Amino acid sequence: MRPFAYAAPATVEQAVSLLEAEGSEALAGGTDLLGLLKDDVERVDRLVALRGVAGLSGIEVDGGALRIGAMTTLQELRDREEAIAALPALAVAIDGVASPQLREMGTVGGDLLQRPRCWYYRRGFGLLALAADGSSMVAAGDNRYHAIFPEGEARFVHPSGLAPLLVALGAEAVVHGPAGERRLPVEALYRAPQAPGERENTLAPGELLAGVEANVGGSRSAVYEVRQRRSLDWPLMTAAVALRGSGTRVELARIVLGHAAPAPYLATAAGDSLAGRELTAETMAAAAEAAVEGARPMSGNRYKVQLARTAAKRALERAAGMEIR
Amino acid sequence: MADYSWPEADRRAQIGARPARLDGPVKSTGFAKYPSDQNPPGLLAARILTCPHAHARIAGIDVSAAEAMPGVRVVQVIQGEGAEIQWAGDEIAAVAAETEDIARDAVRAIRVDYEVLPHFVTEEDRDRAPGASAAGERTEGDPDAAFAAAHRTVERTLGMPQMAHMCLEPHGQVCSWDGDELEVHASTQAVSTLAGQFATELGVPASQVRIRTEYMGGGFGSKFSPDRWGIVGAELAREAGAPVKLFLERDQEVTVAGSRPSAFACIRAAADEQGKLVAWDSDSWGSGGLPGTGQTPLPYVFSRVPNRRLRHTSVPTNLAGSRAWRAPNHPQACFLTMSVLDDLADELGLDPIDFLERNLDLTGRADTYREELAIAAEMASWKERWQPRGRTREGAVQRGLGVSIHTWGGRGHSSNCDVTVHPDGAVEARIGSQDIGTGTRTIVGQVLAETFGLELDQVKVSLGDNVYPQSGPSGGSSTVGGVTASTRRAAQDALREVLVHVAPRLEAEPERLVAEGGRVFVDGDPSRGISWREAAASIGGAPIGVQGRNPGPGRLISSGVGGVQIAEVEVDMETGVVQVERMIAVQDCGLIVNRRLAESQVYGGLIMGVGYALYEEWIPDPVSGRLLNADMEFYKLAGLVDVGSLEVHMMTGPGYEDRGVIGLGEPPVISPGAAIGNAVANAIGVRVPYLPLTPDRVLDALAGRGGPA
Amino acid sequence: MKGRRVTDDAKRSGFSRRSFLRGGAAGALSGGLAGGLLGGEAAGAAAANDADAAETVGPGAVEIELEVNGAARRLAVEPRVTLLDGLRDRLDVTGPKRVCDRGTCGACTVLEDGRPIYACSRLMIESAGRGIVTVEGLGSPDAMHDVQRAFVENDAQQCGYCTPGFVVAAAALLDRHPDPSEPEIEAGLGGNFCRCGTYKGIRDVVAGGVTGGASRG
Repeated sequence: MRPFAYAAPATVEQAVSLLEAEGSEALAGGTDLLGLLKDDVERVDRLVALRGVAGLSGIEVDGGALRIGAMTTLQELRDREEAIAALPALAVAIDGVASPQLREMGTVGGDLLQRPRCWYYRRGFGLLALAADGSSMVAAGDNRYHAIFPEGEARFVHPSGLAPLLVALGAEAVVHGPAGERRLPVEALYRAPQAPGERENTLAPGELLAGVEANVGGSRSAVYEVRQRRSLDWPLMTAAVALRGSGTRVELARIVLGHAAPAPYLATAAGDSLAGRELTAETMAAAAEAAVEGARPMSGNRYKVQLARTAAKRALERAAGMEIR
Repeated sequence: MADYSWPEADRRAQIGARPARLDGPVKSTGFAKYPSDQNPPGLLAARILTCPHAHARIAGIDVSAAEAMPGVRVVQVIQGEGAEIQWAGDEIAAVAAETEDIARDAVRAIRVDYEVLPHFVTEEDRDRAPGASAAGERTEGDPDAAFAAAHRTVERTLGMPQMAHMCLEPHGQVCSWDGDELEVHASTQAVSTLAGQFATELGVPASQVRIRTEYMGGGFGSKFSPDRWGIVGAELAREAGAPVKLFLERDQEVTVAGSRPSAFACIRAAADEQGKLVAWDSDSWGSGGLPGTGQTPLPYVFSRVPNRRLRHTSVPTNLAGSRAWRAPNHPQACFLTMSVLDDLADELGLDPIDFLERNLDLTGRADTYREELAIAAEMASWKERWQPRGRTREGAVQRGLGVSIHTWGGRGHSSNCDVTVHPDGAVEARIGSQDIGTGTRTIVGQVLAETFGLELDQVKVSLGDNVYPQSGPSGGSSTVGGVTASTRRAAQDALREVLVHVAPRLEAEPERLVAEGGRVFVDGDPSRGISWREAAASIGGAPIGVQGRNPGPGRLISSGVGGVQIAEVEVDMETGVVQVERMIAVQDCGLIVNRRLAESQVYGGLIMGVGYALYEEWIPDPVSGRLLNADMEFYKLAGLVDVGSLEVHMMTGPGYEDRGVIGLGEPPVISPGAAIGNAVANAIGVRVPYLPLTPDRVLDALAGRGGPA
Repeated sequence: MKGRRVTDDAKRSGFSRRSFLRGGAAGALSGGLAGGLLGGEAAGAAAANDADAAETVGPGAVEIELEVNGAARRLAVEPRVTLLDGLRDRLDVTGPKRVCDRGTCGACTVLEDGRPIYACSRLMIESAGRGIVTVEGLGSPDAMHDVQRAFVENDAQQCGYCTPGFVVAAAALLDRHPDPSEPEIEAGLGGNFCRCGTYKGIRDVVAGGVTGGASRG
């Protein structure tokens, strides 16, 4: 790592003030950022450690509302029984991080804002991995783990384990910045960069993700991850679903794919296809098929379309309590 | 002429027992100091600048900024202006500095101008390889006529890519000079041979190079030489006048410090109506990086197929040269051969075990395989549970069984061992070998304890230092035979000397005396004896020191083993995810010295085998020429929960033990790829032609698509 | 060069003590929050603090204090030094190994305030004021921790380079779940990898016979 300075603010205001300075970067669990610095992929002048900032960690379950501080570790969240009882799918998403060390270090905010694992990005070719002639190294190279829903030249996938579920639930992100607090849907944290140097999140300088809030009452949700290894491994594909309705009749369905696109991919058509319908093997299969509509796989990731279809179907079955496997 | 042999089975106290490894406590507490743990006073840290391009010419290099940095002690250009670089990761320059961070800062400050040249890294693409060279054709019998007359023929194109050794302790060393004497704490598999290689490069007599490797964190065939970073480390230390630690970063370790060659082949095999193999035709190719690769030994094990034609093409790529990888060439040959034979069995409508049994006369160890196949089948409940290919149960998850067999030599290498008996009864062995994790230290101790009739904690073993008698590099499963032979011979000679001193006191000929259970006594009459301490005291004031040498094959050691493995897998037909549920290994290794350590070797082979069968591969980028997974994130090792349940059966008793000690490190890692591949074919009904068996490849096979990756 | 260079003030007095105290107070990181989470109250209360109170230190060496295997250790490290490198290179605590150096393989696993972490992915300055226990802190060859003894008895090591991390992870797992189920083993040991293939022995270690977890020595 190149040399950098370090500050450990005690309050959100201090943290925001420190982060306003160009070259300052927030340090949460460190499990991603330190790797980026070691690989010289990102550079910082100062790390602003959030570990000691008051008010950023903790979990509240209040009726149907679940509030999670950004600096809450994944393990703390996993160990909070009321939270898991209110949202059982959280356990699946957290357990998908199959390393106790990462669960102890990694935070909810860090999970949501971790940088893509794209191996071109991680080798210094940039998030868009454009060759000198402007062509895509990803498209011409090895893209087995890349997006099946690329957005322009953004062909990486977002790796967050929690984001698909939170987006499916319609959760809100709470962001603090120089102008105070703002709230936005979790999916609005993300964007697909289209020019070199752009990031894949929408936080402005000085802004800090403070936490997330989700209404978990009255819906059934589930996460299904396709992972090659049971031990620590990135999912090849994730699907999260949240269903509202009565009995087997669906009023509202949100189906979100992870590891499929530069941001959590809200498969709108798939959700819409279930609205007003009964949950049956047929409607769920049709929704899963709709989830991959428009997929544009590249030379080496066609299999991920099949994984997305399967993950969506199995997440639906799980949410519906109709798991067969 | 002295008689060197192992005790009869009923008189063995140590050989074949299960003592815990001697260095277990220091390893499990973190007290073991590996080469990379050495922190001598004044230590400098070194880092290496490597080339980011797979093929380039150095147009210019400027190290002035690095040299000017505070804390930087030495900057050395390894390959300067004009040099042609042939693989990404090749070493360009090195820096020694007061801290590792400063060394890294300095490496980043070195400016290199490259003229980037075209590269080729897609090993499987033989037809596009610029430097591909055919090795010619070898034919036995009349394959064309045999194929024409055959009852059933299969043709398959199969392969497995290059993969990494991924030693957990990276390659490297700590070098310290004292005047013109060099001490190297090296992570090596070759303590006794390293000094000469350092000496030649550094221009000092080998007698002034000390190599020390008390512990080392894995080699698997990749740590036999000082390597360029070893010489550079010694040069930096010499110039800086201070010790220098230089271990590779993980990405360097994966990229340049060891890979296994790939192997691809288009194979035709045919059988007659009795299910006997009658013809084989293989057109193989593969790469070991820049040097290409030699012929894979095909057909594997069934080398006596009567009509054979073999062709091979070596495919050089712009990747670092491969190194010996645990059982060189065998896992590849095994996968290629056993996959085709399994498909042929299916074509013939035969149970694959039945098919193998019908053809065992084409192997060199028919009796061993027959016996082992029966045991493995019994352990797997094969007869009750094996079903022909195809869907056998409801749901997305299908289950399958697969089998493979393998062979290895494993003859003991050149080895010398000093055994000393002290008048106070202390016994020690000194041997210039190394314990690379297989348990060599413990094995030597057991041979000592066995010979002198002592307990394991009553003997001392010193190894891992080239001041001890020369013993061979640990490769090819040659260590256990080498060190047990030299140790046993030295120990038996030393004991005989002791017995000569003891004989008068016990009023018996020395030849009639034995050392067992901590005593020396007249064979057959334990009451006529004395304690070991008393016996040792009788030698007088000076210790007895004897050197033993492994003279080669004899009653103590031999070579040539067979093994059988069965895999049971579950495959998710909708995701292509393969899970190994169970692995069974039946293995012969002659006389087992330590049953616990022997079993550990086999478990380790199975686990490493699950890794390369399901997860492991080098992924070179066709665009940049760099490895895309030079890390432990996308270079995937099998984890503890990925390997299923493992069962090991070691062959013992007459026909095995009487062959003496034979090496075991390589054999168990040979079959897993083939056995797991066959189990997957059994589960899903089609062959997945390429390892590792990743979801994309499995889904491609199910969709009727071939092609690597 | 983008951004402003922050002051390099290595030995500014007070940092280490304050950091120590603050780190200690935050060490438990327990779940509950006193005030309203994420809402106005917390922010309002925090607003009373002066933003300038958050002192920037480094990039030069900063004095910190932490506890390593029961002993207080004081040293000056640059903020960029990882806990792993600080332990190995500065304190000669070499049990934790540097293998992947990217938070994947587990060979550097240590306990921080009792919780298993990857020391390669923690800045040492972040551990100021906290308690670190490495494999050496669990036991010694003459007085092994139960888990260490079980590693020996089950031959759960070959080359031994992954062993220190596995021992700590296994001890942490058994501390949490003295008789772990299969999913608990999966959750507890999924973050450590071995190359020699010692998983059979390690599985035997955690599946039976060990009577104490990390808290028992």
